Amino acid sequence: MKFRIYRYDPEKDAKPYYRDYDIELDPHDRMLLDALIRLKTVDDSLSFRRSCREGVCGSDAMNINGTNGLACVTNLKTLKEPVELRPLPGLPVIRDLIVDMTQFFKQYHSIKPYLINDTPPPEKERLQSPAERERLDGLYECILCACCSTACPSFWWNPDKFVGPAGLLAAYRFIADSRDQALNARLDNLDDPYRLFRCHTIMNCVDVCPKGLNPTAAIGKIKDIMVKRAI
Amino acid sequence: MAKSFPVMHFDAVIVGAGGAGMRASLQLAEAGLSVAVLSKVFPTRSHTVAAQGGIGASLGNMSEDSWLWHMYDTIKGSDWLGDQDAIEYMCKTAADVVYELEHFGMPFDRNDDGTLYQRPFGGHSANFGQKPVQRACAVADRTGHALLHTLYQRNVRARTQFLVEWMALDLIRDADGDVVGVTALEMETGEAMILHAKATILATGGAGRIFAASTNAFINTGDGLGMVARAGLPLEDMEMWQFHPTGVAGAGILITEAVRGEGGILLNANGERFMERYAPNLKDLASRDVVSRSMDQEIKEGRGCGPHKDYVLLKLDHLGPDVIIKRLPSIREISIKFANADPIKEPIPVVPTIHYMMGGIPTNVHGQVVAPKDGDPNSVVPGLFAVGECACVSVHGANRLGTNSLLDLIVFGRATGNFIVSENLKAAPHKPLPGDAAEASRARLARIDNATSGESVSAVADTLRKTLQAHCGVFRNQGLLSEGGPRAARDAHLDQRSQQDVQHRARRGARAR
Repeated sequence: MKFRIYRYDPEKDAKPYYRDYDIELDPHDRMLLDALIRLKTVDDSLSFRRSCREGVCGSDAMNINGTNGLACVTNLKTLKEPVELRPLPGLPVIRDLIVDMTQFFKQYHSIKPYLINDTPPPEKERLQSPAERERLDGLYECILCACCSTACPSFWWNPDKFVGPAGLLAAYRFIADSRDQALNARLDNLDDPYRLFRCHTIMNCVDVCPKGLNPTAAIGKIKDIMVKRAI
Repeated sequence: MAKSFPVMHFDAVIVGAGGAGMRASLQLAEAGLSVAVLSKVFPTRSHTVAAQGGIGASLGNMSEDSWLWHMYDTIKGSDWLGDQDAIEYMCKTAADVVYELEHFGMPFDRNDDGTLYQRPFGGHSANFGQKPVQRACAVADRTGHALLHTLYQRNVRARTQFLVEWMALDLIRDADGDVVGVTALEMETGEAMILHAKATILATGGAGRIFAASTNAFINTGDGLGMVARAGLPLEDMEMWQFHPTGVAGAGILITEAVRGEGGILLNANGERFMERYAPNLKDLASRDVVSRSMDQEIKEGRGCGPHKDYVLLKLDHLGPDVIIKRLPSIREISIKFANADPIKEPIPVVPTIHYMMGGIPTNVHGQVVAPKDGDPNSVVPGLFAVGECACVSVHGANRLGTNSLLDLIVFGRATGNFIVSENLKAAPHKPLPGDAAEASRARLARIDNATSGESVSAVADTLRKTLQAHCGVFRNQGLLSEGGPRAARDAHLDQRSQQDVQHRARRGARAR
């Protein structure tokens, strides 16, 4: 199978380049990650992140034939050759397919991604109805792979000011939680021309999310609540 | 390379940012200690994220339950080889730590009355083995993901300091044998450091990747066990490995026991529900070692499915799409992607697959690492702690009960954190670093840096993995093991320079003792 892979080692290379590979795969190599691991046995300088190999840890997000996705759940049979692999767009490259995710996590941290409830907890669980709990479905499953934010033109332009789809999805996850008490503070934190309102509903995030989540819908709900609060 | 490394000072250093490491760090950070958590992956990439089915606690939300029954199930599941004092502590504390997770914001599934939903699981019984009980608190089939993210979030709130993509290299022991920190490599820059600490906590997870077929993440390479062994300290129960009955045939990906908890059944090639023969009482929900052995037996006796008769089927279509979509959504996703089978319509091909390491670094219930010294088999190694799968308390004995792994992480992560807080480290001075603190790591890094030839890492690892797979399977006998032992040793010694390295460390370890 043929691959064309973005290579860059800042210690050795003046600038990034593409390297072509043609490798015989094993019949058991099912996913793109299997192929990458086989490539690494012939070229151990090739660098990429990987951990769970089943789509739950979010390590191996990359740009695959022009679309962001996880290598471990991308079936090789679905890929056109040569398979062109690039690091996630819009973030600084550390080496080959490894990007510096500092900015991405900074935005995630900026929304206070934890439950805020200052009443002393009861001896047992805080009660929550199944309907209240169901509101968190489609929100809490995010794996922080950054496929969405790095597919978003608004995030490319303003990664330091726009929270981005992943961070905003997380913001809504806590806004929607019946146990959270910080609604107003959370809205204040986002009420800004850049932090929330740079989302122009381009919906690339929805197209690429490997978990099938919908950040655009979550962002829409935050905007709704904010409008209702204003009137 | 410089003779020594730059030094950073902390009250506590935690190696590993999975469930156990982050539960411990939370206690320490909230108590105001300076704590650094280093991890070779970003915290939410740790293998805890892959836990599916649940966390066990006898809350009694579904029907009457008792921590004594949980304790009985755990001891029985362990083949009576677990440490019963530690198991008592874990099962008694379980409810509190689960409520705490809920208070932290973990999005548990709920009952109509608003309490936590609990599902049946393998080996969970009421009234000392009489009938199944619903004890597993769950977040759909993503319990580990929800738990790990909740703990990371809570640590963000507590402003825990994470050193992300740092690889721990070696424990630093002084002349008294006390542990005074670790050496570590910042992976992005290749710069090595000494992290000087009053308490060093290993939370490095299991080593499931020493087998060829494994449910484990690629990162589960047993790094902490290696650090301990190189420091001249013993490991405990390393022969005790759990095979999970249901790994996807060929791919190894885990299919949670919750599938059987919710009503899924195992079938052989004749379409027979064979577990009724092996475990008439608990059937498909017998403990994992029992189910794995039964499956292996069926396959050995020619009743496996498929062209090579080498797997059995996990059938769950009779649960109906609603239950599958609501309670087992990720299982469906995994099955479609990795087995070409939509479980709403067809069964999933499964085989027993290496899953969990019961043994590890011996500790007491405070997480303190113990080693035999001067006739005391449980002498504490000052400054060193271990929690989670890398540790052996031992609450799992020879076979871990399903849902007790997440529980172990949280109970002992918290207990270890509390114990260290009670030691009042803030006021205590650092024990001085030995003069050659960085030497072993420096020598090894220099050797790797300067190497121009030698065999490839992946070739050595592959050989070792194949040997373990062939010789340490579900059923083990004298013949297979005594053949496999020397073979594994030979594989591991392929690299003569690694061998020198081991000897070098053994000498250092001897000095430290």
